[in-house]
Amino acid sequence: MKSILTKNQIKLTVKRLAHQILENHLNLENTVLIGIQPRGIFLSDRIVDELKNLIPSDKILYGRLDITFYRDDIREELKLANATKIPFSTAGKNIVIIDDVLWTGRTIRSALDALIDFGRPQKVELCVLIDRRFSRELPIQADYVGRAIDTFPSQKVYVRWQENHGGDEVILE
Amino acid sequence: MKLSSKNLLGIKDLSREDIQLILSTASQFKEVLQRPVKKVPSLRDVTIVNLFYENSTRTRFSFELAERRLSADVLNFAAGTSSAAKGETLLDTVNNILSMKVDMVVMRHSATGAPHFLAQHIPAAIVNAGDGINEHPTQALLDAYSMQEKTGRLEGLKVAIIGDIMHSRVALSNIYLLTKMGAEITIAGPPTLIPKYLQEAFNVNVTYNVKEALQWCDVANVLRIQLERQNQPLFSSLREYNLAYGIKRSLLDSIDKDIVIMHPGPINRGVELDSDVADGPYSIILNQVENGVAVRMAVLYLLSPQSANS
Repeated sequence: MKSILTKNQIKLTVKRLAHQILENHLNLENTVLIGIQPRGIFLSDRIVDELKNLIPSDKILYGRLDITFYRDDIREELKLANATKIPFSTAGKNIVIIDDVLWTGRTIRSALDALIDFGRPQKVELCVLIDRRFSRELPIQADYVGRAIDTFPSQKVYVRWQENHGGDEVILE
Repeated sequence: MKLSSKNLLGIKDLSREDIQLILSTASQFKEVLQRPVKKVPSLRDVTIVNLFYENSTRTRFSFELAERRLSADVLNFAAGTSSAAKGETLLDTVNNILSMKVDMVVMRHSATGAPHFLAQHIPAAIVNAGDGINEHPTQALLDAYSMQEKTGRLEGLKVAIIGDIMHSRVALSNIYLLTKMGAEITIAGPPTLIPKYLQEAFNVNVTYNVKEALQWCDVANVLRIQLERQNQPLFSSLREYNLAYGIKRSLLDSIDKDIVIMHPGPINRGVELDSDVADGPYSIILNQVENGVAVRMAVLYLLSPQSANS
């Protein structure tokens, strides 16, 4: 078991990701943030909290997307669906998808399909806390990366949060 | 994460956890139905046949919409215009359809137990869309979903089921479901339309006084008088039924609380339910129909075939 990010590092990384998003999308003009259910929400909540310190909160459009019904492995295993809540139109908007770990890219593939059903966005970007590079099964890359790591397929990355595990940490097993 | 049964033949076979899983999945599908594109690709590799041996508008359209909004391929069968009219047996018809690589069967039949019979002979998943006077499970699920959506709970909810209980598969499925979920039930209607064993078998209250039931309940589920299933007179006339057991505005005004009015449709207006109640502010009848699509999407999604290695 190896620590990838400690509590303090996560705090700094979230701050950096929020600033990088703002750098590219000044005042989040015409830009919306979408957290991926269930575990991407913990990261997107933190990023949104950070952004509220930087710009007026009424500039922030933030939604949650569940991709269960778009998965490519439905015939192998049914997963429990979580709530989707996108209370605004995403048509013509820049979307920043936020998830905790980018691994095979299949979740993001499903998310792209799902988002199109909410209207045609202008542009879609991806923000992740952990990028398991060299493990991709689809041609998908992130625009904002907390930490890129090299892993074997047999290894597992656990992103734990105060909300679900009583403390913030990222570990590799 | 799946249901404990591979078919949905009746609420009788479901556990409390199954029911909760269906209702929570339905609420996610309800959100899908608010999107600009009201469709998900989940069942794009699945073919479903709707076998309707008995007439239906709402249920058939609701199932068909649910199937299409899951991206399934859909076949429709109506007994009157098919080879069933030439005397082909149910099992022959279904086996012929299944040999064309159909994965799931949605069936309504006037014979009690028809889908249970079919389940013993075919591998495809079966969803009962109403069998005789036995069960109509997806109606009970959408009723429960609508009650929960409107009142916020099922546990401890007081539900009156009023009308033709004897011939109603909706009543039986509702009783099974509400009992499993911890709701309280009162059955009301004329003595000739309420089966005698009901009270002991299900631990429900029975009254022949509709006003008493309305005064007691939070939700009144008013059922249709099923004249097509009554082969002997069980009450004197429709007008007298309306006077004694029909739900009217004046009756609702005479009780000292607001209750939710439900009806599975089709309504006999002016018999079991007056128009000013059916179209009034306490009625959630059209919400029930709307929720029906989401609930059926949940059932079909959760019963959809899984590959053998899982």
